[in-house]
This record gives sequence, C-alpha cells and structure tokens, in this order.
Amino acid sequence: MAIPTVVRRAATRPGSLPASLGSLAERLLTPHGVDRYLELIDPMLVRTDVRGEVVALRRPTRDSITLTVRPSRAWRGFAAGQFVRVTVDIDGVRRTRCYSPAGSAHRSGELEFTVKAHEGGLVSRHVHERAHLGMVLGLSPAGGTFALPEQRPDSVVLVAGGSGITPVLSMLRTLVDERYPGEVSLLYYARTPADVPYAEELDELAARRGVRIHVRHTASDGHFTAEHLRRVAPWFARATTFLCGPPPLMDAVRALYADAGISEHLHTEEFTPPVPAVAGTGGRIRFARSGVDIVSDGRPLLEQAEDAGLSPEHGCRMGICFSCTQRKVSGVVRTASGEESAEDDEEIQLCVTAAAGDVEIDC
Amino acid sequence: MTGLQDRLTSEQVEEFGREMDELRQRVVADLGAEDVEYIQNVIKTQRGLEVTGRALMYAGFFPPAWLAGVSALSLAKILDNMEIGHNVMHGQYDWTRDPALSSQRFEWDNVAPAENWRYSHNYIHHTYTNIVDKDRDVGYGVLRIDPAQQWHPYYLGNPVYATLLAIFFQWGVMLHDLEIDRVVKGERKWSEFSEERRRIGKKMGTQIGKDYVLFPLLTGPLAPLTFAGNAAANLTRNLWSFGIIFCGHFPADVESFSEEETEHETRGQWYLRQILGSANITGGPLFHILSGNLSHQIEHHLFPDIPARRYPQIAGEVRAICEKYGLPYHTGPLHKQLWSVAKKIVKFALPGSGDSAPEPATVERDRTPAAA
Repeated sequence: MAIPTVVRRAATRPGSLPASLGSLAERLLTPHGVDRYLELIDPMLVRTDVRGEVVALRRPTRDSITLTVRPSRAWRGFAAGQFVRVTVDIDGVRRTRCYSPAGSAHRSGELEFTVKAHEGGLVSRHVHERAHLGMVLGLSPAGGTFALPEQRPDSVVLVAGGSGITPVLSMLRTLVDERYPGEVSLLYYARTPADVPYAEELDELAARRGVRIHVRHTASDGHFTAEHLRRVAPWFARATTFLCGPPPLMDAVRALYADAGISEHLHTEEFTPPVPAVAGTGGRIRFARSGVDIVSDGRPLLEQAEDAGLSPEHGCRMGICFSCTQRKVSGVVRTASGEESAEDDEEIQLCVTAAAGDVEIDC
Repeated sequence: MTGLQDRLTSEQVEEFGREMDELRQRVVADLGAEDVEYIQNVIKTQRGLEVTGRALMYAGFFPPAWLAGVSALSLAKILDNMEIGHNVMHGQYDWTRDPALSSQRFEWDNVAPAENWRYSHNYIHHTYTNIVDKDRDVGYGVLRIDPAQQWHPYYLGNPVYATLLAIFFQWGVMLHDLEIDRVVKGERKWSEFSEERRRIGKKMGTQIGKDYVLFPLLTGPLAPLTFAGNAAANLTRNLWSFGIIFCGHFPADVESFSEEETEHETRGQWYLRQILGSANITGGPLFHILSGNLSHQIEHHLFPDIPARRYPQIAGEVRAICEKYGLPYHTGPLHKQLWSVAKKIVKFALPGSGDSAPEPATVERDRTPAAA
C-alpha cells in the first residue's frame, strides 16, 4: 500500500499575495534578508530558516530528556526514520548534532527529540542542563535515507539499542497512525528497565493489532541473539528490517542477515561519532567534489590537495585571509594552534588545518 | 628611514613574533559568549537604526524628521559596513559557526560584492600590506601617495581624484576590486573579470533597487525627498569610511616597503611590517565602534581575524611590546591624521619624493601604555 511521505504544502504559493509581499520585503531588506530583521522581534518569526521552540519537556529516565519542539513555518515535515540536525549555542559557538524525531511523521507539527546525556558529551550535557520551555533550537530540514519507504513493505522488523530507539519508534508510531495492515515487530535493547525511555508508550503500542514488542535488558538477558529476533518476528527473513543501535548490536545483526543471505532487506543507521586518529598516523582525506581520495601525511589540507592535483581557491597561506575556507563534511581536523574539532558540516581554513583522522571535505 | 629588515636582529624579530603569537593565542582562547553578545547587540542597533531611518522618510516633508532619518540611515550604513561587515567578512566570527556571522556568507550594504572585497582586501591588502606594486590599497590605483610610486603628469590631479574617491567611495571600492585601473593600463584583460562583473551587476541592481527605486516609490509623493535622503546617507557613509581607511595606512611616518625586502618573510617579519605600515586613531569608545575599530588599525593588521572589540583591550600590550623593541606605534587624533593624509595627497601630486617639508611626527613613543 502506498502512503505518501508527509510533506506539508509550502505556506505561501508563488504568485499569491503573501508571496509577492514576501518577495518585496526581501528586495527592501537586501542584502541581509527578512529573517535577519524578524528574528530580532522573535526568533520564531523567521520565514526561511528552520527553527524549533521547546514547548514541553520531560525526563523519562535518569540520563535522558525528551523535548517536544514546535517547528517554525519553513519546516516541511519528515519521513519516519529520518534525522534532523539540531543546533544549540554553547558559550557563543553553534554546535550541531543529528537527532531523529521519535514521533509519528503524521504529526510533524510537533517534533519529539529524546536526548541521552553522554559522558563528556558537549551538546547532550548542555541540553540536559539548560533545556527549558521557550528555548529555541536551530533545525535543519529532515535528511537521511534511513526511512520508511513511501511504498510500505508488507511486514516490518525494527531492531534498536539504547538511544537508537528514536528513529524506529517514529516508524512504529507512523505505521500505527496510518493503520498499517501488515505485521510490525520491535526488538529493543536497553541495559536495565530503568534505562528504557519509552516504557509506557511501548506497552501501549504493543496492545495494537499486528504490533509485537520485546524489550530486552542486556544486564540480565544478554546481548542480541538470533533467538531473540525469531521470538518477536519469526517471519523476519521476508520482512524489511530497520536497525539502529550501538556498533556491537549493528555488527551482530548484520552478520546474521549476511549469513542468511538477506542483507538487502536490512537498512541501518549509524550514529557513532568520528574518532580522531592517534597523533602521527594519517587518516584518509576525501575531497568529495573532486572525487579524490588520499592518505594524509599530516601537512595542511591545502598543500595535500595541491599535491593531489587539485587547485582549491586560496590566498595568504597563513590563516588570515579566509580565501581557502571550505566545508568539512565530516571527520576530525586539527588547526595549526592544536585545536581539534569533530563537528560535521563545519567551515575550515585549508591552509592551517590538517586531518586528524578520516576527513571528508566538500572541495 | 631605517629599512624593514635592519631594524631588529633576526633573533629579535623572531622573539617579537613569538610574543605576538602568544598574545593572539591568549585572546583566541578567551573568545566566547561575550563576543557574540557584543556583535549581536551591534547588529540589533544597526537594524533598529535602519528601520527607524527608513520610517522617518515618511515624514520627510518635515525637515528635522528628514535630517533625523538621514542620520539614522547613515549610522546604520556605517555600522553595517565597518563594525559588522568589514569585521565579519574577515572571519572574526567564523569560530561561532553562526551562518549569519560567516565570512563566506555575509553580504554588506554596499555596492561592492562581499566576495570581490574579500579577495582584494583580506588577501591582497592584508597579506601584502604597504608593499608598493603589490598592495593595491597603496593609493587605490588612482592616487600617488608614496614616493616609491613613479610620478606622472596624471598625478597632478591627485587632490581632485581623492575628493571624488571620498564622495563615491563605495563605487571606488567596487571598481578597485575589479582592478579597473590595471584594465585601463592594459595590465589585465577586461575578460578576466567576467565573474566579478556578473557579481557586481547583480549587487548594483539590488542596492540601487532598494535605495533609489523601491524605498522612494513606497513613500509616494515624498519619493524625491526619500531618494535624496538615501543618497545623503550613502554619501555620509562614503566620506566617513574613506576618512577612516585613509588614516589607517597613509599618514606621514607610516612606512611602505619594496617587494625585494619582503621576500621570504618569516611570521615575525610579517608582524613587524604590519606595525610599521599601519596607524591608529585616538578617540572615545563610540568613535572606535563607528570606525569598525579600524581606529586600532595596528592591532587589526596584526590579528585581522580576532573580533575587533578585542583590539582596544590589547592595544596597551601591543604598544608595550613595540616600545620594548624600540618600534614606532603610529597614532594620533582623527583631525591630525586626516590633515597629514591630505598634505601627502597634495605633496605627491607634484614630482619628487617631497622630503623637503618634514611632516609632524605621528609617533608618540614617550607615552606610557597605560595612557593609550
């Protein structure tokens, strides 16, 4: 059965009066644009930027917090399973992390983010300590290919561990909302009963027709086994499976599907942060736009790009003119002053920045 | 005049460079929410002044309202170009990762497109500061401002060109980025600048569109007054920014350099050149903000990517380091620096190096850092 992805119609249609007024306002307020004025009145008034205001918050477990966020008018909805890049301001610096909304895609007027506080996690700690009603977060449009296909599969298996619950819970809630006629099973791993962030919701959902949910506590039940999966979804081999969790769980499930020769039925979502390479060992550098891959020798990215035959724009070669600024897609880099950064989608100066692990540059 | 390289021993230059690097590290490590709050407040003020200025044009038939509108709009344009635009485009706030404060994305209220400006200013001017024939800001390609520039009868018009440049400064900057002077001289081809010209065409369209078409039309019968008011605001900004910028590198005693003496420069030597080639302007806190803190041209040239509000805070320390190494620290009040620049413009209209008439010294070595 075909359920269209939830995409809300644009608030203003081209040619309509609001659209014409909007375009006149943009011409009058060039070069900064209307949003840069509206946000001074209220940060949620923006027309083209996507933001969200925290309208409710609760703490379902001792180390997780669930935020209900009302998005600004440029928000265009999401497909169940996709992630949103959430930005917070910490001591003057914008920090961005990916979180998957856990709610149904049919109720995208309110987004639900469950954030687990990680030991030493800059953003998650900040959200735990500072989140409050009315807090405004930066949001991106929803992204990622880990999503329920528009043509819904006949049966669905969801496997998750820890905070990997959020995208698959969104899938489950979406399917329940649309009275999905097929079978859907969720196998979820948490350390102890106190670590299950959606205990009540899961109980409620389990009572729905066609839904089976098994929650396993790794502290007492152990880790993933084929038996766990067969118990909750004996038909898993012919279903489409969505998997999101810590690396050992991902590896175990992948191995099982590979052995059974059904890897093409398995869809996965990684959410582990990149790890910096040990000093002295070079990571791989990928210049995405040019399609060039090299192994880093530790020198600044600009020099290595040039030696690899690329000619990125540059100027002073000493870090003052910002001509060689390019977008780092992912990976850890180290600046000449020794600072390391693992932030995704960050602008870096190629002439004074070196790879500190595997790095992808949009260059 | 003492040459660039024989002022200090090479050990001294490197020690001096290390002190500057160390100062920079200290400021960078301290950057945080306060700096963001500061620039956001400046932006808020700028937007408020702009909206107020535009609104007052609706009462433009009442002369005091028109004057107030022009003043508000002038201040808005000055803040936008100087303390916000110039500084954001230098990457001073790139560390915040805020797209609205990103050097690569910011566009200012000026006909010169940000991207063209970033190349000619951030790269060429800031890297090759005061190197005659390399730093195109020496005379802006139209004036003779340095004895090392060969005299030509064309330069008899120096004072006229300077006046025109001051009045039409934003257009001058735009043409400067296009290296129009070198195209006229045949050193560069017009076709090499097709990308720059495309950007300029687009930017001119939006800038002229709002200031000289849309906003005047929106005030109906007051359109001519609004047109004149917007033109007056642009003129005020032009004169102000011309004044501040010309006081940054052209007062007497500020040195210029040759390509030979700056070849294979070390970081320390580069710092040294920035100090010898720049001049500060003294004044109060409001003056510093309206100048985009270019009144701290020396600190700006040492650390162009550090938020400008930090320059006054480190000026005392920079000056103390200069004194320790016996280096000049050029500074003086606006009227004095402007007078010094004006005299230079007239003097170099005529052939010769103009050494006969000594300039009033702008070096104040005797003052203590605490008094800076």
